[in-house]
Amino acid sequence: MPKIKLPTNSPHIDMTPMVDLFSVVLIFLMLTTTMRQPEPANVDTPFSISETPLPDFNTMTFLLAPDGRVFMNFDNGPDTILKYRPKILAAMGERYGIEFTDKELRTFEKQKSSMGIPINQMKQFLNARDNTERDALQVGIPIDSADNQLSFWILAARQINPNIKASIKGDSKTSFETVEKVLDILQDRNVHRFNLITSLEAVKINLEEIQQ
Amino acid sequence: MAEIIQQEQQKGGKRRAKKHAPHIDMTPMVDLMCLLIVFFMLTTAFSKAKIMDIILPEKIKDPTKQEAPKISASRTTNILLGPDNKVYVYPGSVKPEEFSANPPILPPLTVTDFSADGIRRILLDRNRALFKKINDFNAEVISGRIPISQDSAKSIVAQLKKDDDTGPIVLIKAHKLANYGNFVDILDEMNICGIARYTFVKIAWYEELMVERAAGISSTATASAR
Repeated sequence: MPKIKLPTNSPHIDMTPMVDLFSVVLIFLMLTTTMRQPEPANVDTPFSISETPLPDFNTMTFLLAPDGRVFMNFDNGPDTILKYRPKILAAMGERYGIEFTDKELRTFEKQKSSMGIPINQMKQFLNARDNTERDALQVGIPIDSADNQLSFWILAARQINPNIKASIKGDSKTSFETVEKVLDILQDRNVHRFNLITSLEAVKINLEEIQQ
Repeated sequence: MAEIIQQEQQKGGKRRAKKHAPHIDMTPMVDLMCLLIVFFMLTTAFSKAKIMDIILPEKIKDPTKQEAPKISASRTTNILLGPDNKVYVYPGSVKPEEFSANPPILPPLTVTDFSADGIRRILLDRNRALFKKINDFNAEVISGRIPISQDSAKSIVAQLKKDDDTGPIVLIKAHKLANYGNFVDILDEMNICGIARYTFVKIAWYEELMVERAAGISSTATASAR
């Protein structure tokens, strides 16, 4: 009597539901995603209990790197339909006597990460071939009292977009010397109200424990 | 196996087209989708950054015309942010001539840190009445005894803070060896402890010296600033 042979090939698993599920998740992620912009400097924001989310438009962000460099960004990257970025650059160019071509203004518009370029190197930055060349030029915006370009960036931004609000995004290790300089410049430009960008952290305190 | 049996059945009769759909191997598709999902999950910024509002006092540009606002010294608490995540607290105020006097007349300087037992306890001790009011109100809102929307609850808390006249007036000053994290931490403590009145002011040279003496570091940097 012959033995009953069991089928040796593996059973087929119907993957259709799995594919369906994956498609749904994938489409959801693709639609909701906002790409994280690579920043020219690594910044770990400090924690706070604040729960107000960062607005998406009408903001200028000052990025304070731990090594003391200062960067600036408008509207967190993606530009609004009003195209403030090229206008701000044109206004800056006018002040420093630098004429930017249309192509350069468009390149500046497309730059989504923060920029920290002294204005006299801006042309070189915009005409750079690739990002590694660009990153090498990111030395920070000059904030000394002798050559205070940050102050003029703030002025230009506020002239182009009067509703713009300042936010400060600093690393927790950034020395207060840098922060103080930036706060000083903001105060000089009559910006008294601004936002500090932080990450959320839950804190609970017990009143009884403290009253003991 | 199934295919073989099928072929045997078809041998006798007419050749018919296969009825059931051919199997498509979906494994590569699943692989690809997995990769894409992982990619999107890693690049997506799910948690949006949070912001903390702060208002700085207006700069006094012309000291002859504008005068610094006067505040009661008994309610004033000065917080000096020092190096190495240390915080120095002293009550009242110091005048430059008091500092230069021999021997200097200085208020007691308390050294503390950012732990729950440190600066938070000091602030809560001074702000207990207001903190208790806010805490009780929040507890009642959460338990549902006061039916109220979140927005109006916030405005009531703001009103409680505005009406408060016993809590401390906190002046935050930062030495340049402090870091930005300390600055955010101390503003965060103000929110946690429900301090009604606080502001950030520029540190005075004698306060810098007080911090440096307490921290035991040389003051060459500040001498030039003076």
